[in-house]
Amino acid sequence: MILKKKKLVKELQNFTINFGPQHPAAHGVLRLILELDGELIKRADPHIGLLHRGTEKLIEYKTYMQALPYFDRLDYVSMMCQEHAYSLAVEKIGGIEIPLRAKYIRVVCAELTRILNHLLAVGCHSMDVGAMTPFLWGFEEREKLMEFYERLSGARMHSIYIRPGGVACDLSFKIFEDIYTFCKQFIIRLDEIDEMLTENRIWKERLINIGKVTAKNALEWGLSGVMLRGSGIPWDIRKKEPYEVYSELNFLIPIGKNGDCFDRYLIRMEEMRQSVNIILQVFEKFPNLQLGHINYNYFSPVNRNEIKISMEGVIQHFKKSSEGFVLPFGETYLATEAPKGEFGIYLVSDNKEHPYRCKIKAPGFGHLQILNDMSKGHMIADIVTIIGTQDIVFGEVDR
Amino acid sequence: MINLLKILPIFVIQKCLEEVIIITHSNYILTVMKVLKKHAYYQYKLLSCISGVDLLLKNYRFSVVYDLLNVDTAARIRVKTFLDGFNSVESIHSIFYNANWWEREIWDMFGIKFLNHPDLRRILTDYGFEGYPLRKDFPLSGYVEVYYDEVKKRINMQPLNLSQKYRNFCFKNPWE
Repeated sequence: MILKKKKLVKELQNFTINFGPQHPAAHGVLRLILELDGELIKRADPHIGLLHRGTEKLIEYKTYMQALPYFDRLDYVSMMCQEHAYSLAVEKIGGIEIPLRAKYIRVVCAELTRILNHLLAVGCHSMDVGAMTPFLWGFEEREKLMEFYERLSGARMHSIYIRPGGVACDLSFKIFEDIYTFCKQFIIRLDEIDEMLTENRIWKERLINIGKVTAKNALEWGLSGVMLRGSGIPWDIRKKEPYEVYSELNFLIPIGKNGDCFDRYLIRMEEMRQSVNIILQVFEKFPNLQLGHINYNYFSPVNRNEIKISMEGVIQHFKKSSEGFVLPFGETYLATEAPKGEFGIYLVSDNKEHPYRCKIKAPGFGHLQILNDMSKGHMIADIVTIIGTQDIVFGEVDR
Repeated sequence: MINLLKILPIFVIQKCLEEVIIITHSNYILTVMKVLKKHAYYQYKLLSCISGVDLLLKNYRFSVVYDLLNVDTAARIRVKTFLDGFNSVESIHSIFYNANWWEREIWDMFGIKFLNHPDLRRILTDYGFEGYPLRKDFPLSGYVEVYYDEVKKRINMQPLNLSQKYRNFCFKNPWE
């Protein structure tokens, strides 16, 4: 009888649910196993890898140039920033110095991409939380940015524009004017989104004090980018380890105070303004820059004229486009400030035409680990806010 | 940097393309990490990433590479350790929390075991996946293919059957 009674007073176990992988708020294919106590989250166990395409393995079987398009497809909302990181890594091992004009063009592209990414981050975050309008406004602006992509490279998303050795082609003067006009009106659009959200009571209630990360925790978990700055650590690779021409440009790094979702939202908004600022600064310096070519025979493509008139040129062209170029022995870890955080490439070259190993350090992979810590003790609706604030894109997390 | 050689069990300190690389034995990885993180001079508080490299046909089969970052001085350091196919390395998740997933990824991709890891599950590959895809002896196309079985009404797996043979475009350079 006593035994029976003991069995009857069984403790109520936590409720476990499966969130995703087809949930719209999961930003792609995140599968979360949530352990709930009522509506409170006890434990969140992210299962990733549903979008794993073996990018790193594929890159090992391609030449350095052929590997480039894979980087567009990693984080498919900040394409050019990743090409940029890869190109920089290849150039570093190859010891290639690119023309100044190309450096400035790359900065413009990287900053346009940053706006592109943050618009989606803020827009989708607000839609996850329940505000539809900023998302639509954001996408209108994104459409214009996509058009710039198309005009630069011919492709709206997976532009293979930034390449090892510079960029694919020069900018036209007309596109300058248009980017300039875009920048001018974009600030107004940004103000509108700002007005809509920043003082919004619902938005604030959903974001303030949600998903707090202390500065110490942020370092322990190896966060980067907005996540790290949100916790009050002034770390921006563009500023601290300047690559390209960022050291010559004037911009500020916004940092947060409380380390909650609201701070990170504010930082994203401010970063977009800073990006516009950077682009306008580049335009002031740009007209004085000469069109440049790189003179690395093993690396740079053969002159078009040469191909038409000489057999040697044709052979060279064929060899370069089929076999590719050879990089010397060496390895490098090159980190750039992608919109989502530190995007690093660990490239190992063994004096062949394809990379020996190309490890991709994706910021999202690092950020998703802290999800369990951030969401502990929050309501189930807040997990959506936290996924939104981390700005997860599964292309890069799963690789 | 020279002082590091005196206080830590390190083989060599190298410099490759302006980046500092420390090579240490896999048994001492925990000590090295702890000192690099906690020592007042070094303060490498942030682990950027851990990568595995398969060095097929070398003395040691694998190398595990840790990239550390000092946020205050913007200095980076790389710690490398070499393993043969049977060795395992101590997990550093107690020092850097985010080592957890990076180590899981290396376990998944290379089959390198990390001792005392809290949950060493596969992370990127499919549930029930077999083999270690980033090893150099794993074929690019894999061993199995997945298809939807119209009769059984579910996804099924079968041994890979390529209609065209896999071609490896790896030419020897005649000019070398």
